[in-house]
Amino acid sequence: MSLRADQQYVAQWVKPGSRVLDLGCDDGVLLAYLRDEKQCTVLGIDRDDAAVLATLKLGIDVIQQDLESGLALFENNAFDVVLQLETLQQMRRVEPMLAEIARVGREAILSFPNFGYWQHRWQLLQGRMPVSKTLPHQWFDTPNIRCATLADFADLAANCGLKVIERVALHQGQPVHFMPNLRGSQAVFRFAA
Amino acid sequence: MLVKTDLNTISPTSPISHISSAIHATPVTCVTEDLVFTAAFALQSGAVLPEFSLRCETYGTLNASHTNAVLVCHALNASHHVAGSDAHGELGWWDNMVGPGKPVDTNIFFVVGVNNLGSCFGSTGPTSTNPATGLCWGKDFPVVTVEDWVNAQALLADRLGIAQWAAVLGGSLGGMQAMSWSIQYPQRLRHCVMIATAPKLSAQNIAFNDVARQAILKDPDYAIGGVPRSGLSVARMIGHITYLSDDDMAEKFGRELKNETLQFKFGTDKGSADFQVESYLRHQGEKFASYFDANTYLLITKALDYFDPARAHGGDLSLALSGAACDFFIASFTTDWRFAPARSREIVAALIKTRKRVSYAEIDAPHGHDAFLLDDARYMGAMRAYFKRIEHSAQEGTS
Repeated sequence: MSLRADQQYVAQWVKPGSRVLDLGCDDGVLLAYLRDEKQCTVLGIDRDDAAVLATLKLGIDVIQQDLESGLALFENNAFDVVLQLETLQQMRRVEPMLAEIARVGREAILSFPNFGYWQHRWQLLQGRMPVSKTLPHQWFDTPNIRCATLADFADLAANCGLKVIERVALHQGQPVHFMPNLRGSQAVFRFAA
Repeated sequence: MLVKTDLNTISPTSPISHISSAIHATPVTCVTEDLVFTAAFALQSGAVLPEFSLRCETYGTLNASHTNAVLVCHALNASHHVAGSDAHGELGWWDNMVGPGKPVDTNIFFVVGVNNLGSCFGSTGPTSTNPATGLCWGKDFPVVTVEDWVNAQALLADRLGIAQWAAVLGGSLGGMQAMSWSIQYPQRLRHCVMIATAPKLSAQNIAFNDVARQAILKDPDYAIGGVPRSGLSVARMIGHITYLSDDDMAEKFGRELKNETLQFKFGTDKGSADFQVESYLRHQGEKFASYFDANTYLLITKALDYFDPARAHGGDLSLALSGAACDFFIASFTTDWRFAPARSREIVAALIKTRKRVSYAEIDAPHGHDAFLLDDARYMGAMRAYFKRIEHSAQEGTS
């Protein structure tokens, strides 16, 4: 069981013993890592049957639910950390989702594909919608209905009252320090809620 | 099919010999026995049963540390016969779920099925003899509740030498018993598995139950102490409709006619049915009335109506569940309108509020409430995965 490089990167921000909620927990591997290596109390949410089954198989608690219906299950500040990795770009209702994340978590970590990555810009300049490792789908079958850059999201976060603690662009899971919005394919934000 | 059944009554003091002698076999070996409890048993209503017996069936082998026992609680019309074939060749009602290599694997777990008090499949109920009169209890059998059943099941666990279940499992009304275990005996189970259930009945649920009961109570045969076959069959027809989804009925029957032409008349028998769905329901009703006891139907639907553990806590389910010490697995089915997913989500929300460990699968299945008894790869897969986790906790003896 090994983490993707970007999962490895965000895992370092989670303090040992935290209560962690993962919105769109996929196969549950990150939560299993946080449970086993950092003694976290973890819970996943996913709407997908295969994700729920994979997470259950790891002995991780998971709730099958569509995130569009909100986080009414949880009380304010119920979690130390709320994770939402590579999921926000598939949400119809982004602002309510961010407000819910801010409500139930003391801290939040979000990641999404950076539309401002140079390959994406280059493909658009050539007159084509971008297709890359972080945006692997064609325009007509992509689940990614929200396209944002590192800079765009920073603006929205400020408007939603989320305080950015860290803002990093990753490429192949490694942080990009020079011209991050151009050279990073994945945007990662760490918020205090 | 290799089946070992022993329907003889075992006295309360006799050793539970099958625990050590049961053998691994495919298909499942089931052992049936009647356990007699001679101490007075107080019911929630205030009535006292001077003695009672429970018919149970067991599968698999209880391990040396007694940590691998799973209790399966039945719903309205089922029984202790959960898996395998009985003496009459009848397959258990959850044979697809329980057995060697199945999601609740009897090569791993010692599974116990029990017929509840007030039922009509061998445990003490309306068809048993009232020791005070020497006559059949009939309509005088006291009203029993989910909590009473769980108290009786706890005595059964004592008798079997099971201090703590690895899991208590049930669907529908069986799920309510599993929930009640976590509230009444929090230290006596490590996992509570509730399928297609609800924390209490809605007004609509109670309404369906009462229509079914009135069909029995208003049957003239019932009034004179006879068998109200007509009332019982109508009760079953009503119940049956609520177990199926609209889509499922449309697909199974549509507007198919029984004969080629409309009959332009009315009737009560299968032959007079215009539509296939009428014929099917009448057949189901008549079949049910031929083996099920009307008083049991009254009792069990009443137990369903009364179940409401939050009531003693001002309606706050999370308070009712706050003392629970086990982990929970809950599953519901999208087309179940009898106990809809929203009802399961109420339980999930209450458990999360009181910081219990809970997993929840919402299965997109077409078969309505009955889906909990049917094969569905996602449902079976989720159950198998969760019972693997229970298996690990059984090996450790803790959760």
